[in-house]
Parts: sequence; structure tokens; C-alpha cells
Amino acid sequence: MTCDEAKILLHALLDNELDAGHAREVEAHIATCPACAAELAAQREMRHALAGAKLRYTAPASLRARIEASLPQARPQPSRRSVLRGFAMGSAVSALAASGVVAVVLRQDDQQRILSEVVSAHLRSLQAGHLIDVVSTDQHSVKPWFNGKLDVAPPVIDLTAQGFTLVGGRLDYVDARAIGAVVYKRRQHIINLFVSQTASTEHRPPKTQTMQGFNCRRWGERGLNFWAVSDIGGDELTEFVDKFEAAMKANVEG
Amino acid sequence: MPVSDDFQKAQRFREAALPYLDDVYTLARYLLRDASDAEDAVQECYLRALKHFDSYRGPAMKPWLFAILRNVCNAEYARRAHSHAAIEDTPGAVDETPMWQENEASPEAEVLRNRDAGAIRKMIDALAEPFKETFVLREINNLSYREIAEAVGAPVGTVMSRLARARAMLRAAWMAEEEHSK
Ligand SMILES: [Zn+2]
Repeated sequence: MTCDEAKILLHALLDNELDAGHAREVEAHIATCPACAAELAAQREMRHALAGAKLRYTAPASLRARIEASLPQARPQPSRRSVLRGFAMGSAVSALAASGVVAVVLRQDDQQRILSEVVSAHLRSLQAGHLIDVVSTDQHSVKPWFNGKLDVAPPVIDLTAQGFTLVGGRLDYVDARAIGAVVYKRRQHIINLFVSQTASTEHRPPKTQTMQGFNCRRWGERGLNFWAVSDIGGDELTEFVDKFEAAMKANVEG
Repeated sequence: MPVSDDFQKAQRFREAALPYLDDVYTLARYLLRDASDAEDAVQECYLRALKHFDSYRGPAMKPWLFAILRNVCNAEYARRAHSHAAIEDTPGAVDETPMWQENEASPEAEVLRNRDAGAIRKMIDALAEPFKETFVLREINNLSYREIAEAVGAPVGTVMSRLARARAMLRAAWMAEEEHSK
């Protein structure tokens, strides 16, 4: 083996890309060639110096939102247009009543779309390496991580003692906006608790819906909207939400 | 086409391609050296990828996205033709320049000073193409040699010699800075 060959192949050796036979050949050359041995040592040292540096970039949230927004979105059936047409044809319905009903229809429509986005976000999070941005079993390290990343940091409550292990937090995107996700585990099942800010401070009692085989329990409290999504049973998800709400109430009052 | 088909395709695409957003954005930042150009390039890359997603049969998603991003970046290079050179697939003059400079000092004797990420990024930014992209794909995006070959459309042997050259250049730049700051 010539030095020119060895100086290329030693990188493949470093990168673990050589089969055993070629690796032995390179090692044999290096054992008898001080120049190539020095080069290997130098490149090892470089690798070491590079390893600790943060050289990756993180895509800005706005870019992720832009790309999400450019993808075709789910539309519930029937479409708003056909619902409106249905009302328009019902001549017995007065204009005033119709507008009230339409407003209700539209709001549900919107909630349905957001629910489907929340379930998509839950699905995405289940892929390898995408569940959590900040790992923790300690609420005191997850909570500050959200600060500055969102207008309102989501409440991070450790429910490990109550059977729901806090595993971490994540920034996600729902309705083209950044949203906090607090991640829990129940046995091998993941529960994503999505939290977003809302203008309404009224209390909306929890309600469970099923979408794409997932249970989703959503409620509103103290200016926040919550969605808990998981593949655990409806009873267990209700238990989770009850315990979360009780702990949150205790936190506020305590 | 029914809305639901479109949505399902988008859903599959979202799950397959969006997890690599940071990887694609990282490569774009190094190739274009500009945050807002990189954002535009990445968005264009994802639009093109969605368009061709029906005919996607491999390679692995990551090298496939990188290959698309490269094409987008080459168009951007062409637009800025006055300031940058395009990435060439064919081995050109740069590949034929002598590969090795003699080591001035024994590398074993030197201990590299720790450098912050900003300084290292700058040194990587300063590498010439096609060495820089090969380096970034391997060292930062963690592609295998075979995947790099797929992404840049060059033989594995070419990838190997570019990588060796890139690392030698980076080391030389590193040592020069070390010398400078003494
Ligand atoms: Zn040698």
C-alpha cells in the first residue's frame, strides 16, 4: 500500500467504513510508516476536537410552520360550504338563528381541524428521536426549558407518584403556531399533553374524542387549552387528566 | 384528485420527511452561508420533495432530501454567480490539485486548543466546494460514504478522496489559526 492510498483509507478506518481485510492492510502500513501514523493521530485528534462542538443548526420554528402550512391540510366532511348551503336552503330558519347556528358549526369545524393536527403531532412525536427536546424526570428542569420559547410556558407537573411518569418536554406545531408538549409515559404508552394559550378564561370541562385510533381528552382552564393524546384506554386517559387537574389546582392554591 | 388522497399523501410525506428538517437546514446553512437564503432553499427543497414524493422509491430519505437540496442550492449559486462557484459533480480542476501539503510540524507534538463552535463553523464555511459539502454530510449530518455518494451523485472513491482532502484542509486551517494566535 502506498502512502497516498493509506492517507485516504485511514479516514475510512476512522469512520469505521472498512471491512476487516482492508482495515488490517491500513493498520499494517501505519505500523511501519511514521508519516501515515502521524496523520492518523492528527485526524483522531481533530475528530476529538470536533466531537464536542455544536456544529448542527436547528431550523427556526417559523420555517417549520411555513413548510407545514404549505402541505395539504385535512378537511373534515362535510365541508363548511355544504353546511352553509344546507342552512341557506332551510327557509324556515330565520337569518338571525342561522347565523348563530353557523357560528357554532364553524367553531366546531375549527376544533375538529385542530384536533386532527394535535393527533398528527402526537403521531410525529412517536418516531424515533422526535419525542422530546428536553429529557427529564424532574419538573424543575423541564419548566425553565420552555421559558422564552413560548409566550406562556405550559404547566409542568410531575405525576410519577400517581402512575404517570414525566419524561420530558418538546416544542411542537399546531395550527401553524408553536405549542408546548409535555410528555408522560404510562407503562410503554406515551401521553402527549399539548398546551396552548387562549383568549378565553372560561372553564371548559374535559371531553374525550377518538381520532385515528387515539384517544384525545381536551379541556380549557385559566386561559390555557389542553389536549391529552394517547393510545391508552379512555378510562386511563380520564384518570390522567383528573390527576393532572387535581395537581394543578393544588399547585395554584398551595 | 379527492382531498383525502392529497391529505394522506401529505401526511405520509410529513412523517417521512419533516423529521430531517434540522439536517436539511444544517446542510443549507453551510452550503449557502446565509440564514435567510438557507430558509428559502429548505422550503423550496420540501416543496420539490413533496411534488416528487409519489415517485420516491429510495435511497434513504435523508440522502434523497440532501440531493434535492443540492439542486436547489446550485440554482441559488447560479443566481449569485458573481460571488460563488457552483458545486460540480464531475471531478474538475480542484480535484486534481496536489492533495497533500507536507506537515510543517509533527502533529503529535501539538495539542489542539479547544475552539468554540462559532470559530469551527467559520473554518468549515471557508472550505472550498465540493470538499465542504462532503465534510458536512459526513461529519455533521452523519451520512455513510455510500449515502454521501448517493446524495452528491459521485462514486464512493471520489467521496473518500474529497473527505480526506477536506479534513486535511480543515486541519491546516486549524493549525494556521493556532499559529496565528500564539
Ligand atoms: Zn505511509
